[in-house]
Amino acid sequence: MKISSGTIRLIIPAASLALLLAAVFYMQPRAMSYTGLNLLFNLAVPIALATVAQMLIMAVNDLDLSMGAFVSFCACVTATFLQASPAIGVLIFLGAIAAYAVIGVVIHVRELPSIVVTLGMSFVWGGLAVLMLPSPGGEAPIWARWLMTSRPPFVPMAIVASIVIAAVTHFVIMRSSVGVLIRGIGGNVRSVERAGWSVIRIRAGTYALAGFFAVLSGITLVGLTTSADANIALRYTLLSIAGVILGGGEFVGGKVSPIGAVIGALTLTLAGSFLSFMRISPDWQIGAQGAILIVVLALRLFLNRLEKREKGR
Amino acid sequence: MIIRKMLFASVAIACVAGPFSALAETSGKKIALSNNYAGNSWRQAMLTSWDKITKDAVAKKIVAAADPFTTAENQATEQAAQIQNMILQGYDAIVINAASPTALNGAIKEACNAGITVVSFDGIVTEPCAWRIAVDFKGMGESQVEYLAKKMPKGGNLLEIRGLAGVSVDDEIHAGIQAGAQKNPQFKIVGAVNGDWAQDVAQRAVAGILPSLPEITAVVTQGGDGYGAAQAFAAANRPTPTIVMGNREDELVWWKQQKDKNGYETMSVSIAPGVSTLAFWVAQQILDGKQVKKDLVVPFLRIDQANLETNLASTQKGGVANVEYSLEDAQKVISSAK
Repeated sequence: MKISSGTIRLIIPAASLALLLAAVFYMQPRAMSYTGLNLLFNLAVPIALATVAQMLIMAVNDLDLSMGAFVSFCACVTATFLQASPAIGVLIFLGAIAAYAVIGVVIHVRELPSIVVTLGMSFVWGGLAVLMLPSPGGEAPIWARWLMTSRPPFVPMAIVASIVIAAVTHFVIMRSSVGVLIRGIGGNVRSVERAGWSVIRIRAGTYALAGFFAVLSGITLVGLTTSADANIALRYTLLSIAGVILGGGEFVGGKVSPIGAVIGALTLTLAGSFLSFMRISPDWQIGAQGAILIVVLALRLFLNRLEKREKGR
Repeated sequence: MIIRKMLFASVAIACVAGPFSALAETSGKKIALSNNYAGNSWRQAMLTSWDKITKDAVAKKIVAAADPFTTAENQATEQAAQIQNMILQGYDAIVINAASPTALNGAIKEACNAGITVVSFDGIVTEPCAWRIAVDFKGMGESQVEYLAKKMPKGGNLLEIRGLAGVSVDDEIHAGIQAGAQKNPQFKIVGAVNGDWAQDVAQRAVAGILPSLPEITAVVTQGGDGYGAAQAFAAANRPTPTIVMGNREDELVWWKQQKDKNGYETMSVSIAPGVSTLAFWVAQQILDGKQVKKDLVVPFLRIDQANLETNLASTQKGGVANVEYSLEDAQKVISSAK
């Protein structure tokens, strides 16, 4: 039986997640319960959504450095407008998603490097978030709180949410025709263009879709924390990029994997808990997190080389 | 033989007597410190104090464990995950210096639901189920003007050095100073600059505003800025006013030099980093079943002319004057809140 390269891509992230999980269970048997799993993974849900958003941007060969600031902004909107007057909140979110589409268009038309544009936008989002919530506060909408603290039977909310996110994005990116076009831009813009598609429209749509997932990330984050502050999610920029790479995605070429991205986000969250259970001093924790990333990436490079050698024969 | 018997007997007595004398109700309880940042001298002193006091408490079997955890990136989401990990690790109480007053509320709620006592200090949290040990920054600002009013009943012109703009601590100390100046109308604040709690920034800011100011009788500060202000006055060849200090080592050294030279008088006030140990004892008391009010106020650490030398001697070079709190101090704070 021949294993497809996509499956191989998924094996490493899945195996590293399983390995980490086993180690955590060994060190902290208490985690091996309904509540334990939920506590381990519930903060991974917003990270997974942000990772999916980042993955979409990376699928068209761009990089979004404003992800953390934008999710923070969405969290602030959720804790203020969406809670007090839902209609205005929804309007703001629609505006923000439209802004993302415009960013995509600007990057495409002016042929600007996405890193520069999104880095600039990160200050815009950060500024808007501070304007909206000058001091930490706000309140989570009751339904968001209910959603994030719900207790479905047998399987904890965090796991259910991760599976749903992975399944939905897998369907959209890997199985639908839109997904093929998005990945096509990353793989070969010219061939998509020559086939008669409007690249600018696809790019705008991709950015809008990424904005949509980032909005969801902000809402779920506030559902967990109950309130927001303007710097709440700044880590998400790097976490989301690391999650995509960890999950088998690549910076160029439209090679992405939605299921892998969700697994990558879960792995990153779990790595933090693992290091904390190990009692590693905080001075070393960032380094240790980096080491885990390097080990996983090295494994992947090794497999990639094997894959190539197989093809060469 | 006799010696062996005596040994046996003493071991037996120790075994029987031990549980009655040394062990408190909380001897099996585990307390964790969740800290969001360790990157300046104040936080380092805070962690050292925690280490010193809790190691002793563990050795005396007052608590089973008191482990400090610091997040690497000073981010609320990271600290929330850290708190959730502590729930899994089975701690009975969590002492928190929070990255955000509100963004940890979800994780803290989870901890409370799991039956864990949560005590926040310095960076406090708003979640109602947690205890808060807050600093009376407003009172700290007001006490400076009150001291000056006592020292100089005639009053005069004040220069105010503020902290980092947009931080709540700066607003509160400023409000206290204003309230003090209103109560003592003989004092007039003729100028204000932002010193960002750093000597170099304060020196530059004061040097910039000095030429435009009339004679200054006193400088009210927020800590970490008094030495810089003194340097600016000296560089401008102006008489040194009474500068309220902020317990930093360089400030105390300068004060001591002036005191020896010409009998310079002032006072110094700030929060002691050892407030972490107060939070530890409060958590221990709550675990012990004591009734403790949810909002406690921590006294600030004030140094006067008389006790300058003793405080200076116990302050590390480049550090901050510190006190570590004992169980009795915590009980005093708890009972005074009732």
